[in-house]
Amino acid sequence: MSAISLRVQHAFPGFSLDVDLQLPGRGVTVLFGHSGSGKTTLLRCVAGLERAADARIEVNGNCWQEAGRFTPTWQREIGYVFQEASLFPHLDVRGNLAFGMKRATGVVREDEIHAMAARFGIEHLLGRKPDGLSGGERQRVAIARALLTRPRLLLMDEPLSALDSARKQEILPYLERLHDELEIPVLYVTHQMEEAARLADHLVLMAQGRVMASGPLGETLSRLDLPLAQDHDASVVIEAEVAEHDAHWQLTRLRFGGGEIFVSQRALNIGAPVRVRILARDISIALGSDNASSIQNRFASQITGIAPAEDPAQCLIGLQAGGVPLLARITRRAADQLGLAVGQSVWAQVKAVALLD
Amino acid sequence: MLLPDSQDWSAIWLTLRLATTVTALLLIIGTPIAWWLARTQSRLRGAISALVSLPLVLPPTVLGFYLLLLMGPNGPVGQLTQALGIGLLPFTFAGLVVASTFYSLPFVVQPIQNAIEAIGPRPLEVAATLRASPRDTFWSVVVPLARPGFLTAAVLGFAHTVGEFGVVLMIGGNIPGATRVISVQIYDHVEALEYAQAHWLSAGMVAFSFVVLLLLYSLNPDARRKPA
Repeated sequence: MSAISLRVQHAFPGFSLDVDLQLPGRGVTVLFGHSGSGKTTLLRCVAGLERAADARIEVNGNCWQEAGRFTPTWQREIGYVFQEASLFPHLDVRGNLAFGMKRATGVVREDEIHAMAARFGIEHLLGRKPDGLSGGERQRVAIARALLTRPRLLLMDEPLSALDSARKQEILPYLERLHDELEIPVLYVTHQMEEAARLADHLVLMAQGRVMASGPLGETLSRLDLPLAQDHDASVVIEAEVAEHDAHWQLTRLRFGGGEIFVSQRALNIGAPVRVRILARDISIALGSDNASSIQNRFASQITGIAPAEDPAQCLIGLQAGGVPLLARITRRAADQLGLAVGQSVWAQVKAVALLD
Repeated sequence: MLLPDSQDWSAIWLTLRLATTVTALLLIIGTPIAWWLARTQSRLRGAISALVSLPLVLPPTVLGFYLLLLMGPNGPVGQLTQALGIGLLPFTFAGLVVASTFYSLPFVVQPIQNAIEAIGPRPLEVAATLRASPRDTFWSVVVPLARPGFLTAAVLGFAHTVGEFGVVLMIGGNIPGATRVISVQIYDHVEALEYAQAHWLSAGMVAFSFVVLLLLYSLNPDARRKPA
């Protein structure tokens, strides 16, 4: 099984990076952390833009750095999307798109440029100079430009952070499509949970130049021992698929490993994969399923852990519903009155669900 | 009214030949120096900057004096050129080229250095992630983005070489057709009280300088803000 192996040790002025990571060779890995956590520096080391003193970087069988060997950036088969689009101002959009393609593949294929431009909705901009484009358009050109080099690894450094929220919503669907269509692995740096929830398959949590956690998104989000669970907006993300549209009640039924979720009806194909985000504070716990309730999204679950929350009145409950990890935040008083204990079977009741699409 | 004579024309032709040669040499030598100064974090940066800028403050006679010693029969450069069979450089066209190159170096290095610093490291990083080698990046990204800087550098290097006098006298003397450039020719006319001919050449220089600077400022609005 191919994979990404990163071991990087380097002391920068006032900051040291010490990372040893094994990441999946497919899908989107989000490097998540506050500014100064070293996530961007790690990404730059992978690209060879930063030269770590001691590092071994291997991506799906290609070793780019190890003791006594350092492949310069321009010989690494990567695509890199910077925070600001950084288009070449002296070239038009077509020139920018062709720049990397020509050097990586030896030819400029107009049909491929047009196909890629169409994919990112920038076909009508090919003759324009970058300073005539909006921030969102520029970033879409930058992503298309990186992909046209046919990279083996796509690196994205907070590609949405320089954009206002309307522009972000304009680009996120393109990124989600990339996530579904791309064959190559993606390393995506962000400090926005919304982006991580929408795009990540694998989540790496970083702080002060160290890796605090690395694992599949759902598992990592629901871990009680990580600061993520303490966040006011702590949540889990569930992968589900569209099972049925109920025209009578105007609902769409989603199916996942732990049961079924009803959401307001959406125009989605039956069988389409969707992501659902559930905040920890929107899950309550009941002992039985018999009591009538307006809450209809409820899953038979098992308690996997109980931990104190930062707010002394509350506690965090780790749950599993059919193998899918969930996270609930309830008052300590409620936990005590229900007599909750690890291993106990309970019902997780979900008050609100956000469909990420 | 006296018109310019053949000696005047010869001085004009020689001056243009000198300035063109020196400008070409300066772009070749000045660009790597400017690149290094713009990008390096070496502690030598300050010292090299100061060295390159010396001609801005030194009297041309001082520079000419030391170049004369270096290139003379007993100087290390002189001994080298003799050993190579080139002969001695002082009082030749080649000697003038060498001296002028040193003298005009800061006028070429500084605009290019400013332009490269203004580009910043990001476009170079982007080019590297798009598989451009450093040499490729220089020609396909740095040169087009720094073009106003190169243009300013070339114009200033050319104009400054046309306008020099002290260094030429020290190194080249006053040999018609070999080292007698316009500024020296004007000096000779004035010495000989040939004011009419001195006027022709002087007014020509004023007009030339004005046109050059006008071109520079209208082609390249940035140059107005940057001290050369």
